[in-house]
Formats: sequence, C-alpha cells, structure tokens
Amino acid sequence: MTLEILTFGIARDIVGSTILKLDITEGVTVADLKKEILSKYPRFESLTSLMIAVNTEYGNDATIVKAHDEIALIPPVSGG
Amino acid sequence: MIDIQLLSTPLSISACETFVESPEAGGAVVFIGTVRNKTANKAVVRLEFEAYTPMAIREMEKIAQTALDKFAVSKISIHHHVGILNIGELPVVIAVSAPHRGAAFDACEFCIDSLKQTVPIWKKEIFEDGEVWVAAHP
Repeated sequence: MTLEILTFGIARDIVGSTILKLDITEGVTVADLKKEILSKYPRFESLTSLMIAVNTEYGNDATIVKAHDEIALIPPVSGG
Repeated sequence: MIDIQLLSTPLSISACETFVESPEAGGAVVFIGTVRNKTANKAVVRLEFEAYTPMAIREMEKIAQTALDKFAVSKISIHHHVGILNIGELPVVIAVSAPHRGAAFDACEFCIDSLKQTVPIWKKEIFEDGEVWVAAHP
C-alpha cells in the first residue's frame, strides 16, 4: 500500500514536499516506518528527535500503521 | 472550562483574560509570549510559525485538561498564532484563573512548559543572512 505522510517544518524541507509517498507492506509499525524514512532520507539522523503521529496522536514504536490512517512526520517542535 | 485557539490573526490578550473571568476566581495569571529581537546575539528579522492544526489543537486541549485536573484552577485559555510575526508581536497567550493565586501561577507555567514540549507547532527564525528551524538540531 502507498502511504501519504504529511510533513512539517524541517521535515518538509528535508523531504522537499508537503507529502511523502511511501510504499509499505500492510501491518508495519511506526518503528518500521521510521527506519524506512531514515534510510531514504539520512538527513533526519541529524535532528534532535523525529516522532510519527498516527491519526493526530503521537505513535509509539509498536503502533501499527494501517492504510487509511493519517500519518504525519513530527520533527522537534518549537511553539510558544 | 477551556478555550483553545490557533489563529492566523493577531492574538488578543483581553480575549484570553475575558474567557477566564469567573465569580469563583481570586485572580488570574496571564503569560504573554513575545517575539525577541535576537537569538544568541544574532539579530532576528521575523519569525514564521506553522502548525499541524488538528493535532496542535488536540494537544493544547490535552494540556489544558491535564492542568485542570492537576491544579485547583477555574478556567484556562490558550491562544497560539500561526503565520509571520515581527519583533514584539505575540506568538502565544495563556490565561488561567483560580480561587487562589498559587495554583494559577503553577498551572500557567505547566501549560507553557508543556506546550513547548509536545504541541506540533514549528518556529522558523529569519535572520538577515539566513533562516533556521528552532530546536531542530542538537
């Protein structure tokens, strides 16, 4: 399946687009997804942190990603 | 009671103050975030804020709800700006009312500290000679 991952802030700069399209196999976890993204875009390694949101909640490593989930890349936040 | 807003229009301190007015309140604490003119001695020209809107609102609601559960406070209002801001303008305003001031101070500090840690909002500093996403790199 193809995921359309939302990107923000420096993540959008690194990916070069507001949406990162990624072909993944059904049933992957957030940890798998992160590994895949890091190998495709090694610049993410230099960030303080990289979180993945699943349906507007922070996902943990074991969270399973499904086809119609809203996935977003959350680089270090800096509001306020 | 909580009031959370993510706005592209200028923030109103009085809107936050008015929301937290309550007959049971003995006082209110208001935190006003302002755009500083420099970072590490480098002159800042302006800031640009962007948000993952639905999640940012949800996270701010969680923070306000946690503060209501944790501290003896009456009402909380959190307004955050998205878009371009110049020096002296307001990225964030937080107002908290409570029967007694100690809880209002504590809850207000908890809200701004938590907001900076978890709410998906990003700030880009624009300098004369470049720009940087704040806190992105160690």
